[in-house]
Amino acid sequence: MGLMEREDVAVFEQVVALLEPFRKAEGAITRETDISQDLKLDSLAVMDLMMELEETFDVTIPLNLVAEIRTVGDLAEAIRRR
Amino acid sequence: MGLFDRFASVEQAHTEVKARVDDPFGVRMDRMLSPTEAIIGNRPTILVGTNNYLGLTFDPACIEAAHKALDAYGTGTTGSRIANGSYAPHRELEHELADFYGRRHCMVFTTGYQANLGVISTLAGPQDYLLIDADSHASIYDACRLGTATVVRFKHNDAEDLDKRLRRLADEPGNKVIVTEGIYSMLGDQAPLKEMAEVKRKHGAWMVLDEAHSMGVLGQTGRGLAEEQGVEADMDFIVGTFSKSLGAVGGFCASDHPQFDLMRIVCRPYMFTASLPPSVIASVTEALRQLRKRPELRTQLWDNVATLYDGFQRHGFALGPQKGPVVAIKLPSPDLAVGFWRALLDQGVYVNLALPPATPQGTALLRCSVCAAHSRAQLDKVVAITAEIGRELGVIGQELRAAG
Repeated sequence: MGLMEREDVAVFEQVVALLEPFRKAEGAITRETDISQDLKLDSLAVMDLMMELEETFDVTIPLNLVAEIRTVGDLAEAIRRR
Repeated sequence: MGLFDRFASVEQAHTEVKARVDDPFGVRMDRMLSPTEAIIGNRPTILVGTNNYLGLTFDPACIEAAHKALDAYGTGTTGSRIANGSYAPHRELEHELADFYGRRHCMVFTTGYQANLGVISTLAGPQDYLLIDADSHASIYDACRLGTATVVRFKHNDAEDLDKRLRRLADEPGNKVIVTEGIYSMLGDQAPLKEMAEVKRKHGAWMVLDEAHSMGVLGQTGRGLAEEQGVEADMDFIVGTFSKSLGAVGGFCASDHPQFDLMRIVCRPYMFTASLPPSVIASVTEALRQLRKRPELRTQLWDNVATLYDGFQRHGFALGPQKGPVVAIKLPSPDLAVGFWRALLDQGVYVNLALPPATPQGTALLRCSVCAAHSRAQLDKVVAITAEIGRELGVIGQELRAAG
């Protein structure tokens, strides 16, 4: 694994760990997991989750991105690009 | 996929509520008896959910001013200020508001919602940043969607968190515009403006303050929270509404910015909507004068706030964190809140039912708003009825029951 990939995995794993308390539905979280459909998070919960992630990674994730983020993979990617 | 399919969860929640009680979002005031009493379903009902903080909706001077304007200027302006021209009363109100706030400029909007929508979406452009409180009013969120700026939320009423977020953006070249509210409409808590103003100065940001619920309520002369906390100079743009303390409908923005008037020809929610009817402008202008010359209205309001807040607290209800004209009773579940709300209405007390997602942290609230025109007897009755229902529903007095 190259540095970029290792970074990517690390971010993804942290995102999954942070999603645990927000998770309402059962089943393992993968990159393809749909945040609203599978995890049953409403848009408010997603916005609050983003605030947590900004804190954890010390980055800015603009609210403008929320509409584009559908899966857990999208979320990890949004953080990695910051 | 049907047109309205994506609202399925909202529809279901609404249907469930309606199955239990008459539609709580469809209450009809059949007749108004006074600013604090209406006939709802044949029953005289005490109104504790109007936002009519100073009780000016039936003020004789305001009504007379509206009548005169109706006769002199007709029923409506039938167009926007920019396309169809301004009426003299609109300009006069703008001058009086600018004078009240001690600012060079003021623009009147057709609603408070549009004032936020217009000002916030126009001030911050594609390269700029809007920093908004996480619990912001829908009009602020909608302004963010209408505008082109990058939007960052900070934790509710948390100046330290705002500082942190501005620090992360320190190397970004765009303008930073902070948006906050004086009194938050659901729990009635106030922003720590002094601390936020410090953060604003430190980062060279701009600040928009929405005084919708604090105008006429806070400050030595009723200008709001910025006056109360002595930080008016740091508030670059003051937004407010006419639909609360001033008893009508409409919104405004006041500022000292030298290029402020440019907004009249670039701010779409100002340009592309009809201006307020002259009668509304006239009653608002008179209400502003009443607000200025009758500080006793504010004193009366705060006496009433104490009666209601302390009354609820004495009975053990969980309330919002701060005393103010918005008094919110927190309940453990939406179900309980719906039942409680209906029981209150059945006994002649109207409050607002506030459910998630409109509420912070998913709380279910009975949101009360206090009016200067409430009598002591009305408020005592509201407290007594609320306490009685609260005990029946097991919301308060648990320990007594356990002991018994």
